[in-house]
Amino acid sequence: MTEALLELKGLSKAFGALKASDAVDLTLMPGEIHALIGPNGAGKSTLIAQVAGWLHSDAGEVHLLGRNVSHWSVAARAGLGLGRSFQVSSLASEFSALGNVLLALQAREGGAFRFWSPLRGNARLRDEAMAVLARVGLEDRAELPVASLSHGERRLLEVALALAIQPKLLLLDEPMAGLGPEGTRNLTAFLRGLKEEAAILLVEHDMDAVFALADRISVLVYGRVIASGPPEEIRQSAAVREAYLGDSLC
Amino acid sequence: MSTAAIRALPRETLVNAVLALALLAAPLIAQMLDEPFYVSLATRVAILALAGVGLNLALGYGGMVSFGHAAFFGLGGYVAGITALHAFEGSDFMTWPWSVGGSDQLLVVWSVAAVVVALVALAIGAISLRTSGVYFIMITLAFAQMIYYLAISLPTYGGEDGLSIYLRNQLPLGDSNDPLTFFFVCYGLLLAALFLSARLVAAPFGVALQCARMNETRLATSGIAPFPVKLTAFVISAVITGIAGALFADLNGFVGPSMLSWHRSGEIMIFVILGGVGRLFAPLAGAALFILLESLIGGMTDRWQLFLGIMLLAVVLFARGGLIGLLAGKVRHD
Amino acid sequence: MSVAFLIEQLLNGVQFGVMLFLMAAGLTLVFGVMGLINLAHGSLFMLGAFFCSWIAEISGSFWLGLGGGFLAAAAAGALIEIAVIRRLYDRDHLDQVLATFALILIFSEVVRWVFGDQPLYLDIPPLLSGALPLPGGGGYPVYRMAIIFAGLVTALGLYLLIAKTRLGMRIRAGESDREMIGALGVDIRTLYTAVFALGAALAGLAGGLVGALQSVQVGMGEPVLILAFVVIVIGGIGSVKGALVGSVLVGLTDTLGRVFLPQAFKLLLPASEAATVGSALASVAIYLLMAVVLAWRPKGLFPVNA
Repeated sequence: MTEALLELKGLSKAFGALKASDAVDLTLMPGEIHALIGPNGAGKSTLIAQVAGWLHSDAGEVHLLGRNVSHWSVAARAGLGLGRSFQVSSLASEFSALGNVLLALQAREGGAFRFWSPLRGNARLRDEAMAVLARVGLEDRAELPVASLSHGERRLLEVALALAIQPKLLLLDEPMAGLGPEGTRNLTAFLRGLKEEAAILLVEHDMDAVFALADRISVLVYGRVIASGPPEEIRQSAAVREAYLGDSLC
Repeated sequence: MSTAAIRALPRETLVNAVLALALLAAPLIAQMLDEPFYVSLATRVAILALAGVGLNLALGYGGMVSFGHAAFFGLGGYVAGITALHAFEGSDFMTWPWSVGGSDQLLVVWSVAAVVVALVALAIGAISLRTSGVYFIMITLAFAQMIYYLAISLPTYGGEDGLSIYLRNQLPLGDSNDPLTFFFVCYGLLLAALFLSARLVAAPFGVALQCARMNETRLATSGIAPFPVKLTAFVISAVITGIAGALFADLNGFVGPSMLSWHRSGEIMIFVILGGVGRLFAPLAGAALFILLESLIGGMTDRWQLFLGIMLLAVVLFARGGLIGLLAGKVRHD
Repeated sequence: MSVAFLIEQLLNGVQFGVMLFLMAAGLTLVFGVMGLINLAHGSLFMLGAFFCSWIAEISGSFWLGLGGGFLAAAAAGALIEIAVIRRLYDRDHLDQVLATFALILIFSEVVRWVFGDQPLYLDIPPLLSGALPLPGGGGYPVYRMAIIFAGLVTALGLYLLIAKTRLGMRIRAGESDREMIGALGVDIRTLYTAVFALGAALAGLAGGLVGALQSVQVGMGEPVLILAFVVIVIGGIGSVKGALVGSVLVGLTDTLGRVFLPQAFKLLLPASEAATVGSALASVAIYLLMAVVLAWRPKGLFPVNA
């Protein structure tokens, strides 16, 4: 049996009386897209923050590539191969698109503690950064300040940045948000091609995209996983229909 | 370089070069006209600009609004004063567990200043950088104030009256008592610090530091922990300002608590702001403008502080780019 | 060491703390509601002291002076809020620091211009002169006792204002959601001016009260301002309760440290060294307190928006 890239064991987090995540067990296998869906307030953002390392869990463990990273920092988890994109674009606003990618590349290239040679003078790194931008079709926009990119371009840049750290797995938080039908179609196709390179834990509101992409779907309601399985099974699950799909699809 | 080649340079580079040459030319001309006061004034500009270069690294590039850099400036000054005092008296700084005496050598003074300031900055930074925003401002201010009161409460080193440096600390080559030589030393260190800053800012370290200013989340997500980057920058920044403090004490032949006061922190910050935040040469432009206006207006009226207040308010409210912004246009992004 | 001495020092610590609270309350309110860091708060303290002594001198009444200092600081607060401060709410903290630092320079120079370089002196009013007997002998100045009382009344008044009145409700709403309160149709500009003037008035009151204990001079507000910063960092920036607790903690630590640390070191060191080390440590005690609190709780004792 192959080993899970990501394994959550009984992960819990409460804010006062509110249980934002409640004993969540979840795995992400190599080559898989595992979608996490649930109504607003179900605790998806909390769970993502726990996996990425922004929130310390009250109980439970996060295992990444077989290692218990529950007490690791965000940066250390990223360094192990956890790439992520954000629901709301989170970029270095005064850098160009290329500058953002170079930053993402440098962590892998010896880190921040190199004080002398200019980062931009590294031709090999620059080529690699351009190649990353080309993968999402932004090579023509490389030198533009991030602030002058369109919303859709910034979403793509987010994905490019997640890819730049050569992740083993990706945590994508609503990558389709605000993309429009064509953008969503393009990104869906792109992600499908990506999953052999990096498994994806996908949080997404666009159900068409989720059912088109996911190999497995877990449904989160009030912090608990109420169902988990292949898309067909989830589509037909009475519990899911009642708790969730009932009021959003019918 | 041909005129065409000069025209091709970014305007900011030209402005920077003119500033650096003007500061070099001023004392030479003053010396020729036998106006020693202006040699000393130019030396002041070079030293205060150096202090600003230190702060600019933390504030301009790292976004760490330190309101406590006077602590490092003053500590550097006290290192110069204390080592000179012990060298002058032939006494020991401490006798246990080792006997440590004074020194009148600038190179020794600078090294000791760098180490002392680095250690203090490491401690202050490690606590202050656990917080951010307005907490960081107030905490750096409070720690600087702590060192200020500590200096006042130590009678051995002058307490409120400060310490006189009777003999300026010496250079291995050249005579540091010669005003022009001492200017060249300060000017050389300023250029070295500017060069170091330019390298740091463009290197991976500086890119990470600037990203920490814009968006720490992005930096951490890229796999780089922001805290060590910021702490390192804070320490480097403090050391540069500390060396400037050591030079300042030697220039004035005196070090006192006023070098540690929070008005001094505000002043160093003003150099950076007057020059233009996030510009390499901002501290030089700002310090030069500040010292020029101070001696011009201070010569005409006692109300220099009032004028400074109004000018600072106007720059903050209406002219964010500062002097270099005015001369060279907007910041170029990369 | 007698019981009376101990009580006297404790009261001194509380009195100092209460005075700091009057300063810190305004700072923390202004930060909590408007998100502004105001360095010129110490200048308002100074203005209160100057107007109090000046009015007391020409009118012959301490009480008129105190009222005048309170109102003058409130008026100056409202004036700078309208002229300068409100342009800074949307700016970053660096701009706020620099602009309010500029205001300090302007205020100091204008006060020096108007009132001259000589310090002013303010007499304790006859009603509050004399001493209260302390258990175990000795006495405690009535005036200092009155400051403690005035501070505690102010703290209570502030609590009632924030918890029970319409203005307080708006202040609380403004703290939690600035856009919301604007959308509800509250005139946010007037609210901000009122909050700022209230903070200024408290600083002016503190200045007036302290004016009878020390000489009134330019720059007197600055050490107090920095101590008030230490207070609100310890208490949690934006929390009035934190300001109260932090003030008393800082007041007691500073006062008791200065009295007892040099004595404590006498047990360990020769007398002359003990005095030096003890007083050096006492002068930094509150900053060490701050460092310890921050290492333990980086957002202060009563964090806002935890």
